[in-house]
Amino acid sequence: MITRRKMLVLLPAAAVAWKFVLAGTPAEAPGYHPSTPTAGALGTPGYDHSQHWWGMLLDIDKCIGCGSCVRACSNENNVPEGYFRTWVERYHVSGWEQEVPQVDSPNGALNGFPPSKFEGGKNFFVPKMCNHCKDSPCTQVCPVGATLHTPDGVVLVDEKYCLGCRYCIQACPYGCRFLNPTKRTAEKCSLCYHRITKGLTTACCENCPTGARQLVDLKDPNDPIHEYLKTHSVQVLKPHLATGAKAFYHDLDGSVR
Amino acid sequence: MMVPVDGFMYPNEVELQWSVLVVVYPFVTGLVAGAFILASLERIFRVMAVKPTYRLALLTALAFLLVAPLPLQLHLGHPERSLEMYLTPYRGSAMAMFGFVYLWYLLAVLLLEIWLDFRRDIVLLSQSTTGWRRLLYRALTLGSSNIGEGSLRLDDKVGWVITLIGIPSAFLLHGYVGFIFGSVKANPWWSSPLMPVVFIFSAMVSGIAMVMLVYMAMMKVRRQPIDMRCVDTIAQYLLYTFIIDFALEMLDLIHRIYEADESFRSLDFMVHTRLFFSQVVLQILLGTVVPILVLGLIQIFNVPEKLRRLAYAVCGCLTIVGIFAMRWNVVIGGQLFSKSFLGYTAYKISLVSREGELIAAALLILPFFILAALMKILPPWMDEKLEAAAAD
Amino acid sequence: MSKFKDAEHLVRLAMAFALVAAVFLLVRAHFIPKSFGQYGHYRGDALAELADKPLHYAGHQTCETCHSDVLELKKAGKHVGVNCESCHGPLARHAEDPASVVPQLPDTAVLCARCHETNLAKPKNFPQVVSAEHSGGVVCKTCHQPHNPLLPQESGKTGGKQS
Repeated sequence: MITRRKMLVLLPAAAVAWKFVLAGTPAEAPGYHPSTPTAGALGTPGYDHSQHWWGMLLDIDKCIGCGSCVRACSNENNVPEGYFRTWVERYHVSGWEQEVPQVDSPNGALNGFPPSKFEGGKNFFVPKMCNHCKDSPCTQVCPVGATLHTPDGVVLVDEKYCLGCRYCIQACPYGCRFLNPTKRTAEKCSLCYHRITKGLTTACCENCPTGARQLVDLKDPNDPIHEYLKTHSVQVLKPHLATGAKAFYHDLDGSVR
Repeated sequence: MMVPVDGFMYPNEVELQWSVLVVVYPFVTGLVAGAFILASLERIFRVMAVKPTYRLALLTALAFLLVAPLPLQLHLGHPERSLEMYLTPYRGSAMAMFGFVYLWYLLAVLLLEIWLDFRRDIVLLSQSTTGWRRLLYRALTLGSSNIGEGSLRLDDKVGWVITLIGIPSAFLLHGYVGFIFGSVKANPWWSSPLMPVVFIFSAMVSGIAMVMLVYMAMMKVRRQPIDMRCVDTIAQYLLYTFIIDFALEMLDLIHRIYEADESFRSLDFMVHTRLFFSQVVLQILLGTVVPILVLGLIQIFNVPEKLRRLAYAVCGCLTIVGIFAMRWNVVIGGQLFSKSFLGYTAYKISLVSREGELIAAALLILPFFILAALMKILPPWMDEKLEAAAAD
Repeated sequence: MSKFKDAEHLVRLAMAFALVAAVFLLVRAHFIPKSFGQYGHYRGDALAELADKPLHYAGHQTCETCHSDVLELKKAGKHVGVNCESCHGPLARHAEDPASVVPQLPDTAVLCARCHETNLAKPKNFPQVVSAEHSGGVVCKTCHQPHNPLLPQESGKTGGKQS
């Protein structure tokens, strides 16, 4: 029952939420975190898989190619040098032709980008990562069940079970997987599962200075990014492959591979 | 990364994931399937002309089948976990089928057929030899020494059924490898419904050629005359299979060129540059067109025996090289271009490493040593000797 | 019966097969991980293991519990959305035991340029400068307060100036 008292709380909250929606991805306000900070870790009571369905919003409009996300991921997850759980690409499209962009990603943008060689045309950055596909081809081909879909929509690798056959790496259309040279198992972005199950956001989102990367909980009706996805034009990479990708791009140019 | 990248590749794509060992594996299982199909020509399709190669084909298949898991084990990041393929195979994964298809083919088809065909010889040998040989043969008899007419007829009937089952099993053993590649939608060089079919037919070509070469070599070693009627027939079947194989590969190529989808430009460039020697020169020209022409000419014109033998030997070798090149072009070729279709990498193969050239070469030579050992234990030409002895 | 005698070797073979199959099933039952299949075709225990990895970044909410003064400064300026650790590096260990890890102040000469050095591919409305022209080699911190970087004369807001 909606009492007057409840309205006093609901209306301002709704106004704030609406402001987030209108502002697009929140860059002015501190990042909204889909789970409350008091949610417990997986092993402890508090985190319920069935309440969450994770994805990511990547806003090309906002990405400045600083590489903070790449460095943050590398620090948080001990990513071996020369391999990438996430990376940023820089695109240069000289005319109207979308089929031959000039693309570079120096060391995955770990140290940002050097000055551009080009004049004019369309130039922008595209962060890439595991798309945590709903119908991922990587889990389909794993012969033993070492790569998995969690009940809350994250695609992970069980490094104790992986044989290192590399079939999943071949099957990923987005190039986000690699073989860890010391562990000799497949590895990729884990959506910082160890963080999001504790109510924190991913390392890349935490460290993105412009809000170009935002974690989204597609089961949380109060998540402003969830609202954003329902009201703004977004795309996924390689939609013709029907992977059910959950990394949504806003303002993605047709030349992006 | 020290590998030279042309254009742009996703950062994780620069290093190739599947090495030459993953080229060796389908090559070896292809030989197994092909050799078996040749054996079945006599058993099921009553092409009596090729009977001299029947046992040899089975033993060749077994020698290669025993080697087949080795390149995979060497390639795995954790070979000690390979038991998991048997414990928790994921039914949606073509690769998970490997363990069971392999075991089925090894135990229920190949070993069983060999055992049934050689059983009479095994029993006789268990009675005529001494020492550890005697123990070995006694074990192989499974304790039964009945080689009366009735049991041999039963063996023949059961063997016939096994061979019949063996044909689709051989197709499965190698076809699933084609499906492993053909079902990867992420890779347009691989993704095709034709892939399993192309793999099967090229397997048959390589297996037939291999048995023909081994037969001719063994006859030379034993200083026996080569049965030309046998070899001529094998060459005929090689030609027919080749024509189908070539037609399929050309169909794939023409289809690609005609449809020219988003990947075409990138793949076309790759074939004209990085893959030119192995694809156009080795696989298509030397490995397919030349053997087809030569074998075709032999069908049309009357070529003297000595020249025919030479032609068969050369064609056989070219075929083997060509089919190895085909596997190389599929596996390595599929990893040389970027899935962004904007760049290329190079395959840096090392000489001495777990997945290097030396190991690959050793794995390709090893089956011949195993075959030699098998021929010592189960001589393919034993029955001739026995029949000669019985006639006395 | 002669028929049975003829088939005796096949019966033995069948028994050998059955034995192998039985052994296989026993081995399988023993070695399959107990938690396998709990949530899907994978080891259920893997979820807890993967959720249990150590944190390197504390997250800005944690920083703010102690450093609320900095938060106040940031709130008034353009860097409000820039989280603490994106400049100061991973500091979960400092958050756990502040005395054990003393964070080093980042070198603004390098740090600021990563985001603010002019690049053709950056969004047009994003503040970017060619640092050589902008400051002539003077370190950014000389004029700009990193937590609230706008200089007072550039806007009506209370900007920060390094004193």
